[in-house]
Amino acid sequence: MDLGNLFVEASRGAAEVDTDFLILLLISLLILTLVVTLVLVFAIRYRRGSPAKRGLLPSFMSHEFEIGWTAATAFLFIFIFWWLVAPPRLAGSPQTPALQIQIYAKQWMWKVEHPNGAREINTLHLPLNTPVHLVMTSQDVIHSFYVPAFRVKHDVLPERVSVLDFYPTQTGTFHLFCAEYCGTDHSQMTGDIIVMRPEDYAHWREVQPQSDTLAAEGEALFHSLGCSGCHDPASPVHAPDLRGVYGQSVPLQDGRHVVADDAYIRDCILMPQLNVPAGYPPIMPSFANVVDDSQIERLIAYIRSLRPGQELPK
Amino acid sequence: MSDVTADTLRYSDLPPVMATPNYLTHGRTLGSWLTATDHKRIGLLYAFSITIFFFIGSIAIAIDRLDLLTPAADLVSDDTYNKLFTLHGIVMVWFFLIPSIPATFGNFFLPLMIGAKDVAFPRLNLTSWYLFIIGACFTVACIVAGGVDTGWTFYTPYSSQYSHSYVAAAAAGVFITGFSSILTGLNFIATTHMLRAPGMSWFRLPLFVWSMYTTSAVMILATPVLAITLFLMTAERLFDIPIFDPSQGGDPLLFQHLFWFYSHPAVYIMILPAMGLISEVFTCFARRRVFGYAAMVYALTAIAVIGFFVWGHHMFVAGESPFANLVFSFLSFIVAVPSAIKVFNWTATLYRGQITFESPMLYALGFLWLFTVGGLTGLFLATIPIDIHVTDTYFVVAHFHYIMVGGTVSAFFAGLHYWWPKITGRLYHEAWARFAALLMFFGFNLTFFPQFIMGYAGMPRRYHAYAPEFQIFHVLSTAGAAVLGAAYLMPVGYLIWSAFYGDRAGANPWQATGLEWQTDSPPPKDNFRAPPVITAAPYEYHTAEEGPPSHERGLHNVQGTAG
Repeated sequence: MDLGNLFVEASRGAAEVDTDFLILLLISLLILTLVVTLVLVFAIRYRRGSPAKRGLLPSFMSHEFEIGWTAATAFLFIFIFWWLVAPPRLAGSPQTPALQIQIYAKQWMWKVEHPNGAREINTLHLPLNTPVHLVMTSQDVIHSFYVPAFRVKHDVLPERVSVLDFYPTQTGTFHLFCAEYCGTDHSQMTGDIIVMRPEDYAHWREVQPQSDTLAAEGEALFHSLGCSGCHDPASPVHAPDLRGVYGQSVPLQDGRHVVADDAYIRDCILMPQLNVPAGYPPIMPSFANVVDDSQIERLIAYIRSLRPGQELPK
Repeated sequence: MSDVTADTLRYSDLPPVMATPNYLTHGRTLGSWLTATDHKRIGLLYAFSITIFFFIGSIAIAIDRLDLLTPAADLVSDDTYNKLFTLHGIVMVWFFLIPSIPATFGNFFLPLMIGAKDVAFPRLNLTSWYLFIIGACFTVACIVAGGVDTGWTFYTPYSSQYSHSYVAAAAAGVFITGFSSILTGLNFIATTHMLRAPGMSWFRLPLFVWSMYTTSAVMILATPVLAITLFLMTAERLFDIPIFDPSQGGDPLLFQHLFWFYSHPAVYIMILPAMGLISEVFTCFARRRVFGYAAMVYALTAIAVIGFFVWGHHMFVAGESPFANLVFSFLSFIVAVPSAIKVFNWTATLYRGQITFESPMLYALGFLWLFTVGGLTGLFLATIPIDIHVTDTYFVVAHFHYIMVGGTVSAFFAGLHYWWPKITGRLYHEAWARFAALLMFFGFNLTFFPQFIMGYAGMPRRYHAYAPEFQIFHVLSTAGAAVLGAAYLMPVGYLIWSAFYGDRAGANPWQATGLEWQTDSPPPKDNFRAPPVITAAPYEYHTAEEGPPSHERGLHNVQGTAG
């Protein structure tokens, strides 16, 4: 048993969380010490029959005194909020291109798909010092992706895409836990996060059994599901050209503008009437009962891969 | 009228009239208890029922705790483990903690403390108890049939679509028991408004009465939300009506919002009564007027109101928007302010007091420490980056046990020992009681303090099997639970013994000022021999000018007198 390893800080941000924790611990210990000391001193000094002076409360313990400590407490708590909570939440962190990895949670396992199609179960290999962007969804109940060494956690819900960003800074093997109770084998829904040097990771990924990349699979679906029948630029049907649309701002019929991200494209496939692009008739049928989550991920991967004006194979 | 002082008239000076039957001897048949509309008897009916549930809930978690001695899942099956912690949560929250102080001491002492003969609606009060029992029957039926495994939080879609256990029966039990809470709250509010004795103005109410009043308001406003939430979940489960199912346009996060909109205020349903009760004990055993009476009242009210607006802090990692997280974090820091004020005021109440350390005071001092630790760790959880790491770990488990067990259960025991002489007319063995209080404090800390550490190290809650590096903390925790269990069993022994063989308590063994002490122990069926008149503020243990005498135990001025 190595207790020294319990609190390992293995990601950028982990040390900040620990610092926040220690700051709060210090403040709490000060308050606790103050209260306990006062209680002990009073309990001894003013025990029954002690000769200590009783009588009137001293004049400084007046109404103003109460207002004072109320204000001081309120100020302290709001200060903690301002200091520890507000900044990291408000500052949108500019993301350098991150390694995007798909996570599928189901009772009771974690399924992982790397960008080149490499797959693994209950294990996640990651390169060191590389920003990682997890795109997670659940195939049944709510789970929660928790890596204590990275101090990160996010719930993984069905029919919804959750994302989680982190940046591993230490090689090694770390726990992956499901933190949201999910049924019988909840406590067995665990895995290993294996952080490797980038060259080791590249090597590892190369030797995995190759399957089609997500985008290539998405392209096959794009044709087999009939998407290309309308969305091909050469199609007679008036449907948006999807080349280069990913990440762009799309004007909608009702005057709104939305960014074509994963969630938007997902909505367009499942609920096409929700966000009709300006200038196009609302003729697209819903694919809600046609495609499953992993197919949607592939379609999105394909659409993301399309460059503006890219020549499409017939 | 305020010149009626302890020197001129005190109840205990009156000659005892032994011929008058008290509330216990007024009728001796089982039927007279089961049809009782006397608030004191209903309080005891509740006390009896929740004691049974307290031990059911304790045994359930004791088995799980024993299993956690080793990292492997070896004592019970995974499903059994899950059903046991679910049972523990459901039983302890809805069948022990929510009714604990309000339904027992609230029922018994609220009318006594305001000088009333009974609550405003005595028959409704009995109905509340029967609703509680009907709800309890559903829960027991659910246990007997095979249990429920959703956790006490009933999160969808697990509860509504995936669980293969008796979810609907468990939810029905909680649903029905909720009405018992609502009716009790209604009764208390009506009682406080309508039945205060002459002279009992709002700012002469003992703080326990204020805490019952604010708790009742929260019960009435929050519990219907729980009812509708469980109703919708059950409708989805039994009739496939998609409310929370995301594949049919529902939203599982909606369930969490609704659930916590009740369940966070429910935390205050559990802790506000404890705060009121502790104020009674501190003043009595410090022989000191409560410091900042008005501030204590405002703090209770502020907690009750702001407590409604912090529920989202349970969902920081659930997929709530970042801005909503920020708002809920801010409000969570704000709601901590009135709690801190209460801690400071209790501490200041000890200043220049004349303090003795009978068992109720030991429990109250234990409460102060445990509640402060629980409250301060709440600040950690309100801090979003820390909460992201420790939510759904043992850190949270430790935090809310410090509040609910360290806080509320300690206060419950403080109240039990403080008012036991009034309830039974007998004195328990003080040395045993002090030993139990110390043992409970020690056992509690040994059980739950290690859970803070392993929680921060990443040990998730509701885990049957776990990584071996956490074992040392689980071993400490299980050892603490054994001590705690022994400490909980001790009062059962010496209190029951005292009820039959203890010394007679007399009307006012603590020399307390409250109106409940100005009548016989046990009180007569109608509480007072003559309608009481209230002549003073609560807690006048000493003159305003001089402070408490340093040697004598006498009190300056009782709150009022019967007749």
